Amino acid sequence: MSRKPAAAAKLAGAAPVFAALGDTARLRIVQRLCDGGPLSITRLTEGAQISRQAVTKHLRALEDAGLVRSDRAGRERIWELRTKRLAEGRRYLDQIAAEWDGALARLRTFVERDKR
Amino acid sequence: MSTDRMEKTIMLPAPRARVWEAISDAAQFGAWFGVRFDGPFVAGARLTGRIVPTSVDAEVAKLQRPHEGKAFEFIVDRIEPMSSFSFRWHPYAVEPGVDYAKEPMTLVVFELAAVQGGTLLTISESGFDQIPPARRAKAFSANDSGWAAQTRLIGTYLAKGS
Repeated sequence: MSRKPAAAAKLAGAAPVFAALGDTARLRIVQRLCDGGPLSITRLTEGAQISRQAVTKHLRALEDAGLVRSDRAGRERIWELRTKRLAEGRRYLDQIAAEWDGALARLRTFVERDKR
Repeated sequence: MSTDRMEKTIMLPAPRARVWEAISDAAQFGAWFGVRFDGPFVAGARLTGRIVPTSVDAEVAKLQRPHEGKAFEFIVDRIEPMSSFSFRWHPYAVEPGVDYAKEPMTLVVFELAAVQGGTLLTISESGFDQIPPARRAKAFSANDSGWAAQTRLIGTYLAKGS
């Protein structure tokens, strides 16, 4: 089937996204960038329970997965989310949600069928 | 933008008692979902569900038939009569040859509220961030083969009509 290579490529491309998100510290960084981004490393380290060095390391991991990117602004790097890539991470949940849509439609038919 | 949790709300045109029965009784749950359990729903019970084609939708039943008999783990979490029912399972555990037993489970919660004209059902599933990345990524290709199967079905249907 002609879709196969595309599916395989998508699969290979999605795994790093989930791997990068499978860490509490990195998820927190993503959350902060989502709520108040773009942000500098200084700002990202403020209020974090980890060192600036650790934040930098996590940002690199997120960058490798294509989830964030940075721009130089004067002496600092400003980090921002790549929302399109993040949306790919949501697709798994979208699919689970679609499965539930189907199940709930059956539940509706089931409870409607024998009104009593 | 959570990758850990999803939630759905649906309005069902049936009294709360009817909906409660449909989700909290193992046999009735099985009828619409398309599964047969080896015991009743009791808080804390570890059950095995086996896929059986749903009696509610012939088209869906056809798609479930190839998976008939496939077993999955189902742990009843809490039962609060008429208001809440929850359980744990392995999400999207459809890959043949994969042993999901050692992997973390997600928590599914059904919550009921009586509203005018029926019952508001909210269902949430959470804990996806603990599911191995490779497993989650796999859903991409699984989705594609699902569509391929659908396309085949439509093709067969059209061929019959000509």
